[in-house]
Amino acid sequence: MKYLKFFLIGILFGIIMTKSEIISWFRIQEMFRFHSFHMYGIIGSAVILGMVQIFFIKKIKFKNFKGKIIEFKNKKLGKYNNLFGGIIFGLGWALTGACPGPMYILVGNGYYIFGVVILSAILGAFTYGALKDKLPH
Amino acid sequence: MSIVDIISKPWPWYVAGPMISFVMFLLLWFGKSFGISSSLRNVCSIAGAGKYYKYFDFNWKKEIWNIIFIAGAIIGGYIASSFFQNLDPLELSNNTIDDLSQLGIVFSGELVPNEIFNIHSLATLKGFLIIVIGGFFVGFGARWAGGCTSGHAISGLSNFQLPSLIAVVGFFIGGLVMTHLIFPLIF
Repeated sequence: MKYLKFFLIGILFGIIMTKSEIISWFRIQEMFRFHSFHMYGIIGSAVILGMVQIFFIKKIKFKNFKGKIIEFKNKKLGKYNNLFGGIIFGLGWALTGACPGPMYILVGNGYYIFGVVILSAILGAFTYGALKDKLPH
Repeated sequence: MSIVDIISKPWPWYVAGPMISFVMFLLLWFGKSFGISSSLRNVCSIAGAGKYYKYFDFNWKKEIWNIIFIAGAIIGGYIASSFFQNLDPLELSNNTIDDLSQLGIVFSGELVPNEIFNIHSLATLKGFLIIVIGGFFVGFGARWAGGCTSGHAISGLSNFQLPSLIAVVGFFIGGLVMTHLIFPLIF
Protein backbone atom coordinates (compact mmCIF):
# COMPACT_ATOMS: atom_id res chain seq x y z
CA MET A 1 0.00 0.00 0.00
CA LYS A 2 2.98 2.23 0.70
CA TYR A 3 3.63 2.27 -3.03
CA LEU A 4 0.09 2.73 -4.31
CA LYS A 5 0.43 6.51 -4.26
CA PHE A 6 3.44 6.38 -6.58
CA PHE A 7 1.54 4.09 -8.92
CA LEU A 8 -1.35 6.58 -9.04
CA ILE A 9 0.93 9.60 -9.56
CA GLY A 10 2.57 7.59 -12.37
CA ILE A 11 -0.83 7.02 -14.00
CA LEU A 12 -1.52 10.76 -13.86
CA PHE A 13 1.92 11.44 -15.37
CA GLY A 14 1.34 8.93 -18.19
CA ILE A 15 -2.00 10.52 -19.06
CA ILE A 16 -0.56 14.06 -19.04
CA MET A 17 2.38 13.06 -21.26
CA THR A 18 0.12 11.24 -23.72
CA LYS A 19 -2.64 13.81 -23.97
CA SER A 20 -0.22 16.71 -24.41
CA GLU A 21 1.62 14.70 -27.11
CA ILE A 22 5.02 15.17 -25.46
CA ILE A 23 5.62 11.50 -26.24
CA SER A 24 5.35 12.16 -29.97
CA TRP A 25 8.47 11.81 -32.13
CA PHE A 26 6.95 14.45 -34.42
CA ARG A 27 6.51 16.96 -31.59
CA ILE A 28 10.18 16.56 -30.65
CA GLN A 29 11.16 17.22 -34.27
CA GLU A 30 8.92 20.27 -34.26
CA MET A 31 10.68 21.46 -31.12
CA PHE A 32 14.20 21.01 -32.52
CA ARG A 33 13.10 22.84 -35.68
CA PHE A 34 11.58 25.74 -33.67
CA HIS A 35 8.30 25.37 -35.54
CA SER A 36 5.99 25.39 -32.55
CA PHE A 37 5.80 26.88 -29.09
CA HIS A 38 4.09 23.76 -27.66
CA MET A 39 7.08 21.96 -26.10
CA TYR A 40 8.75 25.20 -24.97
CA GLY A 41 5.50 26.29 -23.36
CA ILE A 42 5.24 23.01 -21.49
CA ILE A 43 8.83 22.92 -20.25
CA GLY A 44 8.85 26.68 -19.58
CA SER A 45 5.63 26.77 -17.59
CA ALA A 46 6.57 23.62 -15.66
CA VAL A 47 9.92 25.16 -14.73
CA ILE A 48 8.54 28.60 -13.80
CA LEU A 49 5.84 27.06 -11.61
CA GLY A 50 8.47 24.68 -10.23
CA MET A 51 10.65 27.64 -9.25
CA VAL A 52 7.74 29.35 -7.48
CA GLN A 53 6.82 26.09 -5.77
CA ILE A 54 10.34 25.36 -4.52
CA PHE A 55 10.79 28.98 -3.43
CA PHE A 56 7.74 28.73 -1.19
CA ILE A 57 8.57 25.23 0.03
CA LYS A 58 11.92 26.58 1.24
CA LYS A 59 10.56 29.88 2.50
CA ILE A 60 7.73 28.53 4.66
CA LYS A 61 9.68 25.35 5.49
CA PHE A 62 6.86 23.28 4.03
CA LYS A 63 6.73 19.79 5.50
CA ASN A 64 6.21 16.59 3.61
CA PHE A 65 3.46 14.06 4.42
CA LYS A 66 5.57 12.64 7.23
CA GLY A 67 6.02 16.04 8.86
CA LYS A 68 9.65 16.42 7.80
CA ILE A 69 10.96 19.60 6.18
CA ILE A 70 11.48 19.00 2.46
CA GLU A 71 15.15 19.19 1.60
CA PHE A 72 16.70 19.57 -1.82
CA LYS A 73 19.88 17.84 -2.85
CA ASN A 74 22.20 19.91 -4.98
CA LYS A 75 23.14 18.40 -8.32
CA LYS A 76 26.84 17.68 -8.64
CA LEU A 77 28.67 20.07 -10.93
CA GLY A 78 31.14 18.37 -13.23
CA LYS A 79 33.66 19.97 -15.54
CA TYR A 80 32.76 17.67 -18.42
CA ASN A 81 29.98 15.24 -17.64
CA ASN A 82 26.97 17.59 -17.54
CA LEU A 83 27.76 19.02 -20.96
CA PHE A 84 29.12 15.94 -22.75
CA GLY A 85 26.57 13.59 -21.24
CA GLY A 86 23.91 16.14 -22.12
CA ILE A 87 25.05 16.31 -25.75
CA ILE A 88 24.98 12.52 -26.13
CA PHE A 89 21.55 12.47 -24.51
CA GLY A 90 20.37 15.15 -26.96
CA LEU A 91 21.62 13.18 -29.97
CA GLY A 92 19.62 10.18 -28.75
CA TRP A 93 16.59 12.31 -27.86
CA ALA A 94 16.32 13.61 -31.43
CA LEU A 95 16.84 10.12 -32.92
CA THR A 96 14.30 8.25 -30.82
CA GLY A 97 12.06 11.29 -30.27
CA ALA A 98 11.76 10.12 -26.69
CA CYS A 99 13.45 10.88 -23.41
CA PRO A 100 13.18 8.19 -20.71
CA GLY A 101 9.62 9.01 -19.53
CA PRO A 102 8.05 8.91 -23.00
CA MET A 103 9.82 5.63 -23.86
CA TYR A 104 7.88 3.87 -21.16
CA ILE A 105 4.62 5.71 -21.84
CA LEU A 106 4.78 4.91 -25.57
CA VAL A 107 4.81 1.20 -24.68
CA GLY A 108 1.59 1.83 -22.73
CA ASN A 109 0.21 3.51 -25.85
CA GLY A 110 0.78 0.29 -27.76
CA TYR A 111 4.05 1.22 -29.51
CA TYR A 112 5.79 -1.93 -28.32
CA ILE A 113 8.92 -1.31 -30.39
CA PHE A 114 9.86 1.25 -27.73
CA GLY A 115 10.53 -1.74 -25.50
CA VAL A 116 13.67 -2.17 -27.63
CA VAL A 117 14.49 1.51 -27.13
CA ILE A 118 14.15 1.01 -23.34
CA LEU A 119 16.40 -2.08 -23.39
CA SER A 120 18.97 -0.11 -25.39
CA ALA A 121 18.76 2.76 -22.89
CA ILE A 122 19.29 0.29 -20.01
CA LEU A 123 22.32 -1.08 -21.86
CA GLY A 124 23.54 2.52 -22.24
CA ALA A 125 23.14 3.13 -18.50
CA PHE A 126 24.94 -0.16 -17.81
CA THR A 127 27.80 0.81 -20.12
CA TYR A 128 28.10 4.15 -18.32
CA GLY A 129 28.26 2.36 -14.96
CA ALA A 130 30.95 0.02 -16.29
CA LEU A 131 33.06 2.84 -17.74
CA LYS A 132 32.37 5.43 -15.04
CA ASP A 133 35.88 5.49 -13.59
CA LYS A 134 37.44 5.91 -17.02
CA LEU A 135 35.21 8.82 -18.09
CA PRO A 136 35.98 12.45 -17.27
CA HIS A 137 33.51 14.07 -14.87
CA MET B 1 -19.62 17.80 -24.90
CA SER B 2 -19.02 15.20 -22.20
CA ILE B 3 -16.09 15.27 -19.80
CA VAL B 4 -14.54 12.34 -21.67
CA ASP B 5 -14.67 14.34 -24.92
CA ILE B 6 -12.95 17.28 -23.24
CA ILE B 7 -10.16 15.12 -21.78
CA SER B 8 -9.76 13.31 -25.09
CA LYS B 9 -8.83 16.47 -26.99
CA PRO B 10 -5.09 17.23 -27.11
CA TRP B 11 -4.07 19.19 -24.03
CA PRO B 12 -2.52 22.62 -24.61
CA TRP B 13 0.85 23.53 -23.11
CA TYR B 14 -0.69 25.72 -20.41
CA VAL B 15 -2.54 22.70 -19.04
CA ALA B 16 0.28 20.17 -19.43
CA GLY B 17 3.12 22.32 -18.01
CA PRO B 18 1.36 23.19 -14.73
CA MET B 19 0.23 19.57 -14.34
CA ILE B 20 3.79 18.28 -14.72
CA SER B 21 4.78 20.80 -12.09
CA PHE B 22 2.00 19.36 -9.90
CA VAL B 23 3.40 15.83 -10.39
CA MET B 24 6.77 17.14 -9.21
CA PHE B 25 5.06 18.66 -6.16
CA LEU B 26 3.27 15.40 -5.30
CA LEU B 27 6.55 13.48 -5.43
CA LEU B 28 8.26 16.11 -3.24
CA TRP B 29 5.39 15.94 -0.78
CA PHE B 30 5.78 12.17 -0.60
CA GLY B 31 9.49 12.59 0.12
CA LYS B 32 10.87 11.79 -3.35
CA SER B 33 12.34 13.76 -6.21
CA PHE B 34 11.12 13.80 -9.78
CA GLY B 35 13.63 12.07 -12.08
CA ILE B 36 13.11 9.20 -14.44
CA SER B 37 16.46 8.19 -15.89
CA SER B 38 17.62 6.91 -12.47
CA SER B 39 15.22 4.02 -13.14
CA LEU B 40 17.66 2.79 -15.81
CA ARG B 41 20.35 2.52 -13.16
CA ASN B 42 17.92 0.85 -10.74
CA VAL B 43 17.02 -1.83 -13.28
CA CYS B 44 20.71 -2.69 -13.72
CA SER B 45 21.10 -2.86 -9.96
CA ILE B 46 18.04 -5.09 -9.54
CA ALA B 47 19.47 -7.37 -12.24
CA GLY B 48 22.62 -7.79 -10.13
CA ALA B 49 25.08 -5.42 -11.84
CA GLY B 50 26.16 -4.26 -8.37
CA LYS B 51 28.27 -7.39 -8.06
CA TYR B 52 30.45 -6.18 -10.91
CA TYR B 53 30.38 -2.38 -10.80
CA LYS B 54 30.28 -0.01 -7.85
CA TYR B 55 27.87 2.37 -9.61
CA PHE B 56 25.12 -0.24 -9.34
CA ASP B 57 26.02 -1.35 -5.82
CA PHE B 58 23.38 0.35 -3.68
CA ASN B 59 20.21 -0.58 -1.88
CA TRP B 60 17.80 -0.58 -4.81
CA LYS B 61 14.91 -1.55 -2.57
CA LYS B 62 14.87 2.07 -1.39
CA GLU B 63 14.39 3.22 -4.97
CA ILE B 64 11.69 0.76 -5.90
CA TRP B 65 9.08 3.56 -5.76
CA ASN B 66 10.65 4.84 -9.00
CA ILE B 67 9.88 1.58 -10.81
CA ILE B 68 6.32 1.60 -9.41
CA PHE B 69 5.91 5.18 -10.64
CA ILE B 70 7.00 4.09 -14.12
CA ALA B 71 4.66 1.10 -14.06
CA GLY B 72 1.91 3.63 -13.33
CA ALA B 73 3.06 5.84 -16.21
CA ILE B 74 2.83 2.89 -18.62
CA ILE B 75 -0.72 2.19 -17.42
CA GLY B 76 -1.45 5.92 -17.73
CA GLY B 77 -0.36 5.75 -21.37
CA TYR B 78 -2.64 2.77 -21.87
CA ILE B 79 -5.60 4.53 -20.21
CA ALA B 80 -5.08 7.73 -22.21
CA SER B 81 -4.88 5.88 -25.52
CA SER B 82 -7.75 3.47 -24.80
CA PHE B 83 -10.35 5.52 -22.95
CA PHE B 84 -9.46 9.09 -23.91
CA GLN B 85 -8.45 8.42 -27.47
CA ASN B 86 -8.10 11.38 -29.79
CA LEU B 87 -9.38 10.30 -33.20
CA ASP B 88 -8.16 13.41 -35.01
CA PRO B 89 -4.66 13.41 -36.51
CA LEU B 90 -1.89 15.16 -34.59
CA GLU B 91 -1.84 18.86 -35.43
CA LEU B 92 1.77 19.12 -36.48
CA SER B 93 3.04 22.42 -37.87
CA ASN B 94 3.14 22.55 -41.66
CA ASN B 95 6.77 23.62 -41.65
CA THR B 96 7.75 20.44 -39.83
CA ILE B 97 5.64 18.31 -42.18
CA ASP B 98 7.42 19.92 -45.16
CA ASP B 99 10.90 19.54 -43.66
CA LEU B 100 10.29 15.89 -42.83
CA SER B 101 8.80 15.09 -46.23
CA GLN B 102 11.98 16.46 -47.84
CA LEU B 103 13.84 13.85 -45.79
CA GLY B 104 11.37 11.22 -46.99
CA ILE B 105 9.60 10.87 -43.64
CA VAL B 106 5.84 10.60 -44.07
CA PHE B 107 3.64 12.28 -41.48
CA SER B 108 0.71 9.95 -40.91
CA GLY B 109 -0.98 11.89 -38.13
CA GLU B 110 0.10 9.34 -35.55
CA LEU B 111 2.44 9.93 -32.62
CA VAL B 112 5.51 8.38 -34.26
CA PRO B 113 6.53 7.58 -37.85
CA ASN B 114 5.48 3.96 -38.16
CA GLU B 115 7.75 3.20 -41.11
CA ILE B 116 10.75 3.73 -38.81
CA PHE B 117 9.41 2.42 -35.52
CA ASN B 118 8.51 -1.17 -36.32
CA ILE B 119 10.11 -4.53 -35.72
CA HIS B 120 11.19 -5.02 -39.36
CA SER B 121 13.05 -1.73 -39.52
CA LEU B 122 15.29 -3.02 -36.70
CA ALA B 123 16.99 -5.18 -39.33
CA THR B 124 17.86 -2.13 -41.45
CA LEU B 125 20.84 0.09 -40.74
CA LYS B 126 18.66 3.20 -40.40
CA GLY B 127 16.14 1.52 -38.10
CA PHE B 128 18.88 0.00 -35.94
CA LEU B 129 20.60 3.36 -35.67
CA ILE B 130 17.45 5.18 -34.61
CA ILE B 131 15.98 2.55 -32.27
CA VAL B 132 19.02 0.88 -30.73
CA ILE B 133 21.83 3.43 -30.97
CA GLY B 134 19.36 6.24 -30.20
CA GLY B 135 18.13 4.44 -27.10
CA PHE B 136 21.69 3.65 -26.04
CA PHE B 137 22.66 7.34 -26.33
CA VAL B 138 19.69 8.40 -24.21
CA GLY B 139 20.59 5.95 -21.44
CA PHE B 140 24.34 6.53 -21.54
CA GLY B 141 24.03 10.31 -21.91
CA ALA B 142 21.43 10.73 -19.17
CA ARG B 143 23.53 8.82 -16.64
CA TRP B 144 26.76 10.59 -17.58
CA ALA B 145 25.01 13.96 -17.38
CA GLY B 146 23.45 12.98 -14.04
CA GLY B 147 19.83 13.24 -15.16
CA CYS B 148 17.41 13.62 -18.05
CA THR B 149 14.60 15.96 -18.99
CA SER B 150 12.75 15.35 -15.72
CA GLY B 151 15.67 15.39 -13.29
CA HIS B 152 17.68 18.19 -14.92
CA ALA B 153 15.29 20.26 -17.07
CA ILE B 154 12.29 20.24 -14.70
CA SER B 155 13.55 19.48 -11.17
CA GLY B 156 17.04 20.93 -11.57
CA LEU B 157 16.14 24.18 -13.33
CA SER B 158 13.27 24.71 -10.87
CA ASN B 159 15.87 24.63 -8.10
CA PHE B 160 18.37 26.90 -9.95
CA GLN B 161 20.97 24.18 -10.37
CA LEU B 162 23.89 25.23 -12.60
CA PRO B 163 24.77 21.60 -13.53
CA SER B 164 21.20 21.22 -14.78
CA LEU B 165 21.40 24.34 -16.91
CA ILE B 166 24.64 23.06 -18.47
CA ALA B 167 23.05 19.65 -19.09
CA VAL B 168 19.97 21.21 -20.71
CA VAL B 169 22.21 23.30 -22.98
CA GLY B 170 23.89 19.99 -23.86
CA PHE B 171 20.52 18.34 -24.58
CA PHE B 172 19.76 21.07 -27.11
CA ILE B 173 23.22 21.08 -28.69
CA GLY B 174 22.87 17.33 -29.25
CA GLY B 175 19.28 17.55 -30.45
CA LEU B 176 19.97 20.43 -32.85
CA VAL B 177 23.10 18.79 -34.28
CA MET B 178 21.22 15.55 -34.83
CA THR B 179 18.16 17.22 -36.36
CA HIS B 180 19.87 19.74 -38.62
CA LEU B 181 23.26 18.20 -39.42
CA ILE B 182 23.00 14.44 -39.06
CA PHE B 183 19.38 13.76 -40.12
CA PRO B 184 20.10 14.88 -43.72
CA LEU B 185 22.88 12.25 -43.81
CA ILE B 186 20.80 9.42 -42.32
CA PHE B 187 17.57 9.95 -44.25
